[in-house]
Amino acid sequence: MSEQEKQTTIENEGRRGFVAAGVAAAAGLAIAPGVTLLDVAHARPADQPASSKNRWGLLIDSTKCKTGCNDCVNACFTENAIKQGDKETDSQWIRKVELKDLRTGHTASLPMMCQHCAHPPCVDVCPTGASFKRADGIVLVDRHICIGCRYCMMACPYKARSFVHEELHDQNPDVPRGMGCVEACTLCVHKIDRGDGTTACAQACKEGAILFGDLNDPESEISKRLATYASTEVRADLRLDTGVRYQGI
Amino acid sequence: MKPIVYREIEGRSAGYLALLGVLGVLIALGLGSAYYMEHHGHIVTGMTNQIVWGMPHVFAVFLIVAASGALNVASIGSVFGKTMYKPMGPLSALLALALLAGGLTILLLDLGRPDRLIVAATTYNFKSIFAWNVILYSGFFGIVGVYLWMQMDKLMYKFAKPAGFAAFIWRLILTTGTGSIFGFLVARAFYDSAMLAPMFVVMSFSYGLAIFILVLMASYSWSGRPLGDAVVNRLKNLQGVFIAGALYFVVVFHLTNLYFTKHHGVEHFILVGGGGITTLFWLGQVILGSLVPLAMVYHPKLGKSRTAIAVACVLVVLGGLAQMYVTIIGGQAYPLVLFPGYQESSSFFDGVVHPYSPSLPEILLGIGGFAVAMIMVAVGVKVLRFLPDSLDNHAVDPHAK
Repeated sequence: MSEQEKQTTIENEGRRGFVAAGVAAAAGLAIAPGVTLLDVAHARPADQPASSKNRWGLLIDSTKCKTGCNDCVNACFTENAIKQGDKETDSQWIRKVELKDLRTGHTASLPMMCQHCAHPPCVDVCPTGASFKRADGIVLVDRHICIGCRYCMMACPYKARSFVHEELHDQNPDVPRGMGCVEACTLCVHKIDRGDGTTACAQACKEGAILFGDLNDPESEISKRLATYASTEVRADLRLDTGVRYQGI
Repeated sequence: MKPIVYREIEGRSAGYLALLGVLGVLIALGLGSAYYMEHHGHIVTGMTNQIVWGMPHVFAVFLIVAASGALNVASIGSVFGKTMYKPMGPLSALLALALLAGGLTILLLDLGRPDRLIVAATTYNFKSIFAWNVILYSGFFGIVGVYLWMQMDKLMYKFAKPAGFAAFIWRLILTTGTGSIFGFLVARAFYDSAMLAPMFVVMSFSYGLAIFILVLMASYSWSGRPLGDAVVNRLKNLQGVFIAGALYFVVVFHLTNLYFTKHHGVEHFILVGGGGITTLFWLGQVILGSLVPLAMVYHPKLGKSRTAIAVACVLVVLGGLAQMYVTIIGGQAYPLVLFPGYQESSSFFDGVVHPYSPSLPEILLGIGGFAVAMIMVAVGVKVLRFLPDSLDNHAVDPHAK
């Protein structure tokens, strides 16, 4: 090997090393966030209780929400195997509310569901404790001890609860329901617990009007958005500290 | 004054058996309705996800409120020492227990899951006013039961006054609790009011006494025992005071609401624009249920007629049911306001008045509960000595002319 050839080989090796290191670094950069995300969204092991370190919630941007669009509602009904109907006795865990300012004529459209209050009136009034709030802020109904008195429905300021008036068929095994019991939005608790990191309604919204996240994590997108832009609670006068917040109203 | 002699009614007449028969049929119809409702779900009722409490609650809450009021007569005798009322104490306590049992039967059978009674009886959320009520109802049975024993057992009679005092306090707390079931509902414009608790207490005086007078007059008339004008006049005058008291609270309740701009919507709905609810309020609750009976009991001529007094008491009962309907159904029919200042609409009937037409099974269940209360009294006075042999003027008042 001539002196010149030796020099070329060394240069090639150096180049190869550089490329290899570069590829490794690039791969690392590409995978690392995925690994981290995987860690964040990891399903909570079944033997561990929900933690008050999290407070799951939604931020709804009514300026992005389109009148007439029902994607979130349809997704909820599909996910939770609720028969969609228009009778006054039919369950509706989420509904689109159309608003018109009586003075200015300004209109807005937004989805309304259980607001997962920190101080839920439904939990306060429930005689048996069937209505309860999980450590992570999700308000649920324990279907084993709900006696179907409907006092929670009288107490809820958001009309978020439904009573099952007739026999049910074709249920989703992840979302047990039952005739004679009260039910409401579970914030897709089964999805959260298995680590999906979102809700059916948030997933379905093409406009990105529904953002799911952890209100207790200052680094979460929902917390950052709430810290940056003005938001409001529905019936804020009741001081219920809702887990669902709204922008644009 | 001769000592008061208590005696069971004979209870063998065709009329008595017919009464039991009719009440039995009404109870069977009520139970059948409950079975039908539980089997098919509440879809067969008029109740919806908007009107979640319907006709069964109108009857049940009325009976529960009337139950504590029916104890008044016993309380006036034992606690306030009015001699004339003492002989009627046992009947008053029996009627109170019976009315409460009837009301609770309805409430229980209207639950979505009445099979979970044991859950309701053993699992409590102590922040719930509903759970407090379960305890208050159970306590009422216990305390009034003991009070009844103290009144009827000669050896224990010396304890009747403290027992009556305990029962009196308990009944005031109980009706405060019943009123607060609605008063504590901060979200609903028509309920969120501290006025509801005292208003229910005063209404209970009126409804309970009206039913007591009817039961007293019926049992004395049907069993052929003397019932003097002294007792009837005293009771009907008291009835007039209670009607006026309840009406006073209704006026103050609405005036308070009318002063708050945010309540103008619901007040307009109840007082002016609510269609059937408005009619029921003015015609049922105010005119026929309060003003007419008030005029009748104090009228110089009508006030002396037993028939007119009975009619006045029936009107008070019907007016009470109208009041419960206006309060319970009217309060829910008016839509929840989620966004003040906005017109709201949705597939879940936001922003619109919710219609409600009670179904036959609901009404039959309510009437069945009434029948449960009445059959308890009818059987009670036959098996135990609740009724004095005579309540004529000389028996109750030595100075009677």
